[in-house]
Amino acid sequence: MTQYLYEEECDELPAFSVEGLPSVPRLSHLEMLEAESIHILREAAASFAAPVMLYSIGKDSSVLLRLAQKAFYPGKIPFPLLHVDTGYKFPEMIEFRDRYVKEVGAELIVHKNQQALDEGATPFALGTQKCCGLLKTRSLLDALAEGGFDAAFGGARRDEEKSRAKERIYSFRDAAGQWDPRNQRPELWNYYNGKLDKGEHIRIFPLSNWTELDVWLYIYKENIPIVPLYFAKEREVVVRGGSVLLTQGPIPLLPGEKTERRTVRMRSLGCVPCTGAIASTADTLPKIIEEMFGFHRSERENRAIDHDQEGSMEMKKREGYF
Amino acid sequence: MHPHANSANADHTFEQFLSQHLERDLLRFTTAGSVDDGKSTLIGRLLYDSKAIYEDQLQSIQQSKLNRSTGPMDFSLLTDGLRAEREQGITIDVAYRYFTTSRRKFIIADTPGHEQYTRNMATGASTADAAVVLVDARKGVLPQSRRHATIAALLGIPHIIAAVNKMDLVDYSEEVFRRVEADLQELALQISPSGAQTIHCIPISALEGENVVTRSAKIPWYTGPSLLEYLEEIPIADSNSPEAFRFPVQYVIRPDDSFRGFAGQIIAGSVRPGDRVVALPSKQKTRVRSIVTFDGALPEAGTGSSVTLQLENELDLSRGDLLVSEEGLPNIARKFAANVVWLHATPLDLHKRWIMRQVTDEVRVQATKVRSRIDVNTMESSLASQLGLNDIGIVEFEATRNLSFDLYSQNRNSGSFILIDPLTNATVGAGMITENLEKATRRSDPKLADVGSQGEKPAEPLQTAAVAISERVHRSGHHPGAVWLGAGSSLAAPLERALFEKGFHVVIIDDSQHPGEWSEGLVRGFYSAGMIVLYSSHQALEQKKHLLTSTIQPDRILHVDALSRDADDASLLQQIVAWVEGLRIARPEEGR
Repeated sequence: MTQYLYEEECDELPAFSVEGLPSVPRLSHLEMLEAESIHILREAAASFAAPVMLYSIGKDSSVLLRLAQKAFYPGKIPFPLLHVDTGYKFPEMIEFRDRYVKEVGAELIVHKNQQALDEGATPFALGTQKCCGLLKTRSLLDALAEGGFDAAFGGARRDEEKSRAKERIYSFRDAAGQWDPRNQRPELWNYYNGKLDKGEHIRIFPLSNWTELDVWLYIYKENIPIVPLYFAKEREVVVRGGSVLLTQGPIPLLPGEKTERRTVRMRSLGCVPCTGAIASTADTLPKIIEEMFGFHRSERENRAIDHDQEGSMEMKKREGYF
Repeated sequence: MHPHANSANADHTFEQFLSQHLERDLLRFTTAGSVDDGKSTLIGRLLYDSKAIYEDQLQSIQQSKLNRSTGPMDFSLLTDGLRAEREQGITIDVAYRYFTTSRRKFIIADTPGHEQYTRNMATGASTADAAVVLVDARKGVLPQSRRHATIAALLGIPHIIAAVNKMDLVDYSEEVFRRVEADLQELALQISPSGAQTIHCIPISALEGENVVTRSAKIPWYTGPSLLEYLEEIPIADSNSPEAFRFPVQYVIRPDDSFRGFAGQIIAGSVRPGDRVVALPSKQKTRVRSIVTFDGALPEAGTGSSVTLQLENELDLSRGDLLVSEEGLPNIARKFAANVVWLHATPLDLHKRWIMRQVTDEVRVQATKVRSRIDVNTMESSLASQLGLNDIGIVEFEATRNLSFDLYSQNRNSGSFILIDPLTNATVGAGMITENLEKATRRSDPKLADVGSQGEKPAEPLQTAAVAISERVHRSGHHPGAVWLGAGSSLAAPLERALFEKGFHVVIIDDSQHPGEWSEGLVRGFYSAGMIVLYSSHQALEQKKHLLTSTIQPDRILHVDALSRDADDASLLQQIVAWVEGLRIARPEEGR
């Protein structure tokens, strides 16, 4: 630096206003979240031998997929997508999945626990705990082992549920796929330790710091396609135990139950028998976001799996659930 | 596929509302504490009052068998997410919480306060822009508050706020608050004898919700902002800071022979196509050809942005390399010293080699010497030969090859690192580089060196003056401060006289009297001597501004431009004098 650097710069850069307004605007919270998530995706792609992205077809997956497109542009996404199909997903989800993944140009692996399905695994017969254990957790662990994957991206967010608030961005899983909340690797600054021994893997959550509202705002801002079930429409439903269930797909009616038509939408997407719809007239993204400000209930409330007993998400996560 | 988001029929007012939401910035802050000091209640209050708590989550708390509260609601059940925590009534691990106000999105890193969780405090502090230290008004400054403030300062958190809680239990007494406040100012000087680290105190009652979100009518003697208002106002480091450009290469994107891009996140400065850059460690020079993103090429990108750079020349760069601006090169050395927080039960061992992750680089290092260990409760340093779990100390390292780094005080990314045990894969240590040991000209960082320098044996080269700022402040009766006046301001002389008569140690530095950077050096010199500096200069220069703001705490600088421009000289003078009055310290013998 020369002694007269500032005088020179004064002549060169008259653009600085008196207030010293920056010429590069400060990043907004969404831009910061986006940059952080892209950083995480690139870190993982650079440090793991065989990463895979869990793709659940929901809104968070849609955001994750867009972030992956951005992280490696103009290259292709350097890892495959994995959908753990329970066989109980909404038909509209499967249709959307096949079309959109093709459009993005990503590689898709679909994994089903066919053996369990053949043996008659249903939430009606087994209860949600067992059913999820077989069709989601078991199936996921099998798929990761079969593919030899050492890292799996998921769209989970810390604001979803209180045990998830304690989750790391790189969540270490032992050879049995289990999470030990009391023995997590400290994560300082933006350093993620992905060192592994054989058989272990890491679950990576690039959306950790996003909230449900951030996800919707981002979908709106980026114009990201999502499954039409998120938008309100008159649909055929059955009311069961306080939940409003759509009658599309594999959901047999119980004796005495009757279907009716209601204007509803899905706030989160899971399996047909275990995911309730909400009464809503929000049929556009701005309306959904507007509706969010009036929500008094959390988005996973309609997911039976979280509510079997206190701390049930933590238990499932310990066993290997996302 | 779905109704188009930007369709013309979208409601106009809602669009405005949405665009407001999209513009909002992000502040990360950390809290620490145990059940007793009301931390969970405070966080619950922030989340609840900012309407982030959903009704069903509240219902599940009310139904919980483990509800410990005697009152109507126990907010801690909302924040303690693990079974063991709920059962034992303790917070074990860092938890992250989110809420949004009309001004900002907030991320809270909520950490346990007990000594055995120092590593969790450090984790929460590492990414925070601010720290909220809880102090029980009845108990005053306890070891836990000290520990949290010390760790916050060590991790370079720019803003430390002390929430003096449970004011309802001391009848909202100003006397009690002032006493705690004086102790906290004392603590600030202990942590940072240079006066660079300040602690801002706010009286609150988390339980009653007084002064948490809205200002309290029960505390009329306090006229400052509520805790949330203060958090909404804190300036966040600017992405257009005039720092030298730093771009660690994370990943090379090479879809075909025609494209070769270097992907990464800018950790300092900004970049434009055409900028000259140097690749480290090879020291090859080139220019940036373009800034590539999915959303199109950018004319410029600032700190924090994740982008892909195409360079003019075909350089062979890979992950771990660093692209920097030609001016302001980082340190390049194998030997360095760092403040280290030890995170693992296996102690830091001088004979062992560790894997060091520093930005995207990975190298083997060995600790060659433990200079001292710092007691986070007393801030005293003592001689030590190793560091155990939750210990903090100053350690010298030697890497197997050269590293490119900045000092932690200059950049929290390129000045930090983690250590990984190559055998167990565990993250065992976190470091903040304080010194380049290969260059005699590079001085250690005064701010970090402050921590722990109160002990019997100060760490060797870190003490730069025989008189600590705290001693000067006690003699003069006021903190140092800088008033930034416009060029050739007519206010300087009357202001100097007025402040001198009020007993302040004051001096004028006029930019036009000194060439180049001299005046900044003078400002810093007089400031470190504990004086009120009236600095008359062009304020338009970001470069200049940075030189000062990097060494002087933002709330110790008054930018006169920020005051009303319509005001006449007399009222401006009055406002400035009032601001300077705020720098006086409370004399314990007078205050009690």
